[in-house]
Amino acid sequence: MSQMAGQKAHLTWAVNLAAALLVVLWTIPTFGLLVSSFRDRDQIVTSGWWRAALSSEASDFVRAGGAGEQIREGDLYVIAGHVLAPGQSLSAWGVSARAPAAFAPGEVAELKDGATLSVAADGAYRLSAPAAFTEARGMRIFVTTVTPPRMTLENYARVIGAEGLGQAFLNTFTVTIPATVIPILIAAFAAYALAWMQFPGRALIIAAVVGLLVVPLQLALIPLLKFHNEIGLGKGYMGIWLAHTGFGLPLAIYLLRNYMVGLPREIIESARVDGATEFQIFRRIILPLSFPALASFAIFQFLWVWNDLLVATVFLGNRRDQLVMTGVLRELLGSRGGDWEILAASAFVSIAVPLGVFFAMQKYLVRGLLAGSVKGG
Amino acid sequence: MDQLLYATTTIVAGVFGCVAWFWGANGLLDLALPPRGAHAGRNITRANLVRPWLFIGPAVLFLALYLVYPVFSSVLRSLQDADSRHFVGLANYRWLLEDAKFREAFANNLLWLLIVPGAATVLGLLAAQITDRIRWGNLAKSLIFMPMAISFVGAGVIWKFIYDFRAEGQDQIGLLNAIWTALGHPPETWLTLPFWNNFFLMVVLIWIQTGFAMVILSAALRGIPEETLEAAVLDGASPWQVFFQIKVPQIWGTIAVVWTTITIVVLKVFDIVFVMTNGQWGTQVLANLMYDWMFRGAPDYGRGSAIALVIMALVTPIMIWNIRNARREMS
Repeated sequence: MSQMAGQKAHLTWAVNLAAALLVVLWTIPTFGLLVSSFRDRDQIVTSGWWRAALSSEASDFVRAGGAGEQIREGDLYVIAGHVLAPGQSLSAWGVSARAPAAFAPGEVAELKDGATLSVAADGAYRLSAPAAFTEARGMRIFVTTVTPPRMTLENYARVIGAEGLGQAFLNTFTVTIPATVIPILIAAFAAYALAWMQFPGRALIIAAVVGLLVVPLQLALIPLLKFHNEIGLGKGYMGIWLAHTGFGLPLAIYLLRNYMVGLPREIIESARVDGATEFQIFRRIILPLSFPALASFAIFQFLWVWNDLLVATVFLGNRRDQLVMTGVLRELLGSRGGDWEILAASAFVSIAVPLGVFFAMQKYLVRGLLAGSVKGG
Repeated sequence: MDQLLYATTTIVAGVFGCVAWFWGANGLLDLALPPRGAHAGRNITRANLVRPWLFIGPAVLFLALYLVYPVFSSVLRSLQDADSRHFVGLANYRWLLEDAKFREAFANNLLWLLIVPGAATVLGLLAAQITDRIRWGNLAKSLIFMPMAISFVGAGVIWKFIYDFRAEGQDQIGLLNAIWTALGHPPETWLTLPFWNNFFLMVVLIWIQTGFAMVILSAALRGIPEETLEAAVLDGASPWQVFFQIKVPQIWGTIAVVWTTITIVVLKVFDIVFVMTNGQWGTQVLANLMYDWMFRGAPDYGRGSAIALVIMALVTPIMIWNIRNARREMS
């Protein structure tokens, strides 16, 4: 018995470790980008995000002033100035590319012809020589600077304003809310009819719904786009709502019907006996009782519409003022592929809402997944 | 401000219009065939014949128009030329067979189908088994499940950052290259690495889908009756034996469902390849190839539709399987 207990403690330890490893692997990609979205633009490109909390060190050179800036001090010619940008501090400096960090701040370097150069810790340099300087271009001073970590909201301010993400945010809401509410309404009525009303063709419709769960969306794009153009809808919000409604319906009807079939028969039949119309039964009994299923589908549809790129690209057009957030993000990836501060902040603006919904409503989402797990879509 | 106003009015109008239909149609039916008065009985019977279609009508209309009609329309278009003007018979399909890019996309899709559903299911099962046995399991589950909420485009950005490349000698800001160079290798441009770049794209979808597999499989694992497990433990089965010989066989059905669901996602997925490589460097897949032919440059609806139908053909067995399962459950 004691042996078993010992083995168990050993296993628990291993299991905890394995779980921690999995969680780290699964969160690190997102976390890395999140950290980067708050970092200073220059720091993102010079050091990895995992060093965001540390000072970043960078090597560069600065040109000292030329002959035009020299002043005479006694029998010396002196050029003085500053090598640091605000916020930086100096860790080392040098006078040749071969040894760019040869001197510590405050040291004095002997140059040829009796000239000397010193760079103080605050970045002030002083170049002096017994003879006048003649070169118009100043000499190069190599500096190794340390910039303290800087966290900023500038990236966010920038993408929401200048990169058009604020507008796209509104567009996405305009697409998402009706595209979530309309299919729920239509599907709820249909699910009720399929679950509790008798009419010819019912079994056929149910089979069709299950089959349509897996129809690839790609198939529908061209025929529907043509259809929308023919009836004068063109590319616009109305068209995209209808498209999302059509594509979301099979899953909605399927989930809701499965749920409604499970509601107790007695309630519905006694209401019928009491003279309630089907519409009243639906509105007063079925809808309130189906709340969990409605909620879980609503979350699905919301996430799916919010995150969609394909339907929006095809049905909404690619004008700047029509783009949804995934569209903007895709454009930025194409045009600003290396500007990670913009990409990171934009990505997080676009995933903030779904992540919020996800964490707030996770319970319902999981319930919906489990209810729908017996099908394939 | 204008945009806000426009958005609000369109949202209200759209949603309101939908409510008005159900309310109005049912009200009208009640007015036309009142369930009281002299002909109450006859009216109720007649109304009961009509009312189901009021309820289900919009749904049937939408399904027919947005899913059934496009299937037939695409079949037709795939037999026509680029502008859908003339019939060309099977020329588009013959072209598919000879096109190198299509073969590449098809082969890549098979690779995706082989690897992504399998990897996501196995990892999901592993995650389910592990997180069910620890105290902070729910937190761990949430975090592994979280990528489900992120769009494929967002995930593309996140992973492109991981695969970022800087020339040798510079500090790597992409995590993968940072690790790779720390191990003493020269940095790689992962997304252009022939053949292997496919796997780097697949990782993104596996990352997203593992949480889904985990949630469903974890529920199935918890549904296994305690007695079976206790009996096995009393008989001296090791944890491994319990897992592989008792638990896994009992949830076989659920594993199959998770597998097929992810298979469907793989066939339809387009965004990841679209935003990360756009099919360059040998990473083309069917869905993205179809998009190319339909919407880029001079569109060729015939070829695009033919590719879409290939995707459809690959999904059809799953569709039939689905309908059969549903039938069995209902009877």
